Amino acid sequence: MASERKIAAPAPNPETEAFWDGAKSGKLLLKKCAACGAVHYYPRAICPFCFSDRTQWQEATGEGTIYSYSVMRRVPIPYAIAYVTLAEGISMMTNIVDCDLDRVRIGQKVKLVWKPSEGGPPVPMFTPIS
Amino acid sequence: MSIKGKAYVVGVYEHPTRKADDKSLAQLHAESAKGAIEDAGLSKSDIDAYFLAGEPPGLNSLSMADYMGLKLRHVDSTDTGGSSYILHVGHAAEAIAAGKCRIALITLAGRPRSEGMATGTTARAATSAPESQFEAPFGPATANMYAMCAMRHMYEYGTTSEQLAWIKVAASHHAQHNKNAMLREVVTVEDVLNSPLIADPLHRLDCCVISDGGGAIIVAAPEIARTLKRPRVAVIGHGEAPKGQMGGHVDLTYSGAVWSGPAAFAEAGVKPADIKYASIYDSFTITVLMQIEDLGFCEKGEGGKFVADGNLISGQGRLPFNTDGGGLCNNHPSNRGGLTKVIEAVRQLRGEAHPAVQVKNCNLALAHGTGGSLGTRHGAATLIMERE
Ligand SMILES: [Zn+2]
Repeated sequence: MASERKIAAPAPNPETEAFWDGAKSGKLLLKKCAACGAVHYYPRAICPFCFSDRTQWQEATGEGTIYSYSVMRRVPIPYAIAYVTLAEGISMMTNIVDCDLDRVRIGQKVKLVWKPSEGGPPVPMFTPIS
Repeated sequence: MSIKGKAYVVGVYEHPTRKADDKSLAQLHAESAKGAIEDAGLSKSDIDAYFLAGEPPGLNSLSMADYMGLKLRHVDSTDTGGSSYILHVGHAAEAIAAGKCRIALITLAGRPRSEGMATGTTARAATSAPESQFEAPFGPATANMYAMCAMRHMYEYGTTSEQLAWIKVAASHHAQHNKNAMLREVVTVEDVLNSPLIADPLHRLDCCVISDGGGAIIVAAPEIARTLKRPRVAVIGHGEAPKGQMGGHVDLTYSGAVWSGPAAFAEAGVKPADIKYASIYDSFTITVLMQIEDLGFCEKGEGGKFVADGNLISGQGRLPFNTDGGGLCNNHPSNRGGLTKVIEAVRQLRGEAHPAVQVKNCNLALAHGTGGSLGTRHGAATLIMERE
């Protein structure tokens, strides 16, 4: 059931430190642009749409829908990689966890869960809402 | 300025090895270069430009140029993954048209098989790339990234595993005639579906081979091509386009071919229906299907129907593709299939493909590649060539 795959620790940099600090307190932070109003992912200092530097952190609701996924079979511990489209409209790469991997489907509603990485901040994953 | 008719592919060479325990990487580049130079009927001292991507070690264009003893006035190490070498032909034509060089060499080589690389299933290690910290923790490999494209395509358009399997079946029909191909056995749709799942929904036989080897291409100015004793293959159109995650507006149903294809067709002044033979990048079966749609050979979402029932098999189908067996059966040197795509298209245009797969009156061919990953960021490159 639950993945025991070792999660490589993400390496925060000055641009992304706030995101991983948020992760440590259970907050999934997105960047929203004060100039054009668009939310983007992964988070950048400069908006990839209008190139304004007025981007601000905002907490995501943590709810989303599976856009696509694949279960990697030919590895010691199979796992489901996915893109989840968040309620905020952007899609992020993640894993679908704490569920029967054979029952993962596109369109499934999922919610945020945090999983520990090896010596780094927790990383955002998702589990189906039953 | 257009490149149409301003440059010719005058030499090609596909290294015959598929497992090169006994050769170095640089040696494979040089042997490939030697083969293409001889194919053209030129000598090394004629080369004045060199194009290669990122697979050799060091400051690669400098190291390899020095290793081969090239005297150059133009170098280009653009790396867009496996599509690089298709893009390089376009860039070489641009440089020739601009008068920066007259005879350009392009090489590719790699030894992933000898090095025991599990290309498809090994998760990408973290790097300093800006996206890496938001992807590497989740285990993106090669197979599962393309698999997510296939999964979404199936969801949106009803594409089936059987339809994808037909792409492999067609490639295997061609590979049986290629004595250097890694997989020469003709397979059926059932064989593909019964092969183990690697990353849902892709089976082992949906994936390309892992091979050592390499190849080279010589692109030359028209006045050079006219002096050589080879059939003349003109570069008449080229397009390139990177595609990524678009700030989080991820759409896995199409590739950069939707931009590179129209650019190439417009420059060439031809339509998809005019193409007699197509080399279509085939890292996975889904790669082929999406690119066929995106290049305009059929409508978006109709790719499954288009590729089914042997429609890609030379001599019986609507669009003969990858008549060397492609990456799926023949060769995917260095995990990069772009260069061999150009080579087989040139063989077809010269009438030098295997007689069993040679397309009759093949005067117009396309080579298209995807480099990087369709599931994250990739470079698309389209090349259209014409036999004079
Ligand atoms: Zn903006």
